[in-house]
Amino acid sequence: MAKTLEQYFDELRGTRVWRSVFRSGTGSSPLHRSLVIQQNVFFHLFATKVRRRMMSFSATWYLGTLTLGTFVILVITGILLMLYYHPSAPQAYADTKDLQFVVSSGLFLRSLHRWSAHAMVFLVFAHMFKVFYRGAYRPPREFNWVIGVVLLLMTLLLSYTGYLLPWDQLAYWAITVGSNIASAAPFVGDKIRFMLLGGNLVNANALLRFYVLHCMILPLVAMFFIAIHFWRIRKDGGLYSLQSQPKVAAAATPLTPAKEAQ
Amino acid sequence: MSDGKDFVTGVDSSAKRSPRRVVFVTRRTSAQVKAVDEAEVQTFPEVLFRGAVAVELLAIALVAVSLLFSAPLEGLADPSHTPNPAKAPWYFLGLQEMLHYFPPVVAGVLVPGLVVMALIVIPYFNINVEAEGLFSKDRERRLRVFYIVAVALSIFLFSFHVYVALVPTLIVVAFMVAAAQSSLQSPGSFRRYLAAKPLSYWIMTWFLFELVVLTAVGTFFRGPGWSWVWPWRS
Ligand code: HEM
Repeated sequence: MAKTLEQYFDELRGTRVWRSVFRSGTGSSPLHRSLVIQQNVFFHLFATKVRRRMMSFSATWYLGTLTLGTFVILVITGILLMLYYHPSAPQAYADTKDLQFVVSSGLFLRSLHRWSAHAMVFLVFAHMFKVFYRGAYRPPREFNWVIGVVLLLMTLLLSYTGYLLPWDQLAYWAITVGSNIASAAPFVGDKIRFMLLGGNLVNANALLRFYVLHCMILPLVAMFFIAIHFWRIRKDGGLYSLQSQPKVAAAATPLTPAKEAQ
Repeated sequence: MSDGKDFVTGVDSSAKRSPRRVVFVTRRTSAQVKAVDEAEVQTFPEVLFRGAVAVELLAIALVAVSLLFSAPLEGLADPSHTPNPAKAPWYFLGLQEMLHYFPPVVAGVLVPGLVVMALIVIPYFNINVEAEGLFSKDRERRLRVFYIVAVALSIFLFSFHVYVALVPTLIVVAFMVAAAQSSLQSPGSFRRYLAAKPLSYWIMTWFLFELVVLTAVGTFFRGPGWSWVWPWRS
């Protein structure tokens, strides 16, 4: 009898080399499937089991997952874009133009990075509101909500710093408008803008700073907080599965929790 | 009688080593550990597979969009030539719209700072956690506070000519008034729904509504000199 693909895969998982890499071993029993998650440094951020109800589309609309999806697409396309880009003025503009007209698939690469960035900003807001409306910020999830707010700010900063990099009119003036807002802060406003831009105006120094922030610092900080975000979901007891508000009918006859004996 | 002891006491959580265990319920712990036992799926492979499919569909959609629409690229950055209007990225256009009405310290620093602060503290206030209908308790006082805040906010927005923010405010206020007139025994299911909504729901919904309207106005309805334009007439 010919072997099925699954049997080949199981055989592969049983080989010495595979087993030296992946610690979970062969087998598809619930225990082995749990081990796949537990014994993997990346997967062990997640719980081994999830309530079936929380997997339905209506529970989360998969918005957190999709936000992560856009982030992964952005990292991949971003690394490829870095291969063609010099963060100096006006070379940056020439490089972007080359991506648009010379590099094969460069236009596609750039478009995918840009639209995914817009999608990520949209999705992260949508995820936040969805989490709010299903009441999933409630204790013990308070701190994961706070981490979420940090991730929201990181996403906005990532998008904002990336906006300058093409060094075209759109980029230049959008960042000028934005950095003028920062300078409105009392006392420290001008200092903040000077620190952000490396000068009083958007110039070549600003481009370099935004490049370092956009390609190094912010992605690393974002990954760090995303890892904590996922790990906290497991530690806080898995996805919040209660009703965001008491059912309307149930609220009419409120249940009073039993008083503890003193 | 002294050799009749057939158990040992100790602390152990392994069911294998000590199959029979005694649970001590202290005053602070509840004897009901788990309220419901519900069906679960394994993360590997079910959950990861579903996540992968969701991301895959998203990737296909984004690739399709990228093939159909190219990313914009304008002329080389030119500090001496200001476009009119100069717009921030779309997600900041709500803020830029506010800058049109209020001084930068208010619209650019105070408001976003307060929004971030407000988001952070949501889960730390019991009133946001308990989820009782806003007007179901302490009705008289809450109604009074609500009407004062609603009128003050409306007058404030009106006197600064912030009509784009005033309209969503009035709409949310109208729904809140409807909620105040309803109760969990109201005949219509929508009115019961409104009556069950807590304070945090109303504030967040108001925020979401303003965010969407201000961002849309800044993106589509603002032209040279931040004047009002109709997007379909250009
Ligand atoms: C880079 C940004 C983010 C990523 C990649 C991300 C990812 C995720 C994922 C995959 C989940 C699992 C369930 C779901 O999809 O809802 C989740 C849950 C959650 N997210 Fe996010 N998230 C991000 C930003 C945020 C923001 C901005 C907030 C709120 C301010 C937030 C608050 C939460 C909370 C409280 C949960 C737990 C929900 C529960 O226990 O049911 N996250 N996140």
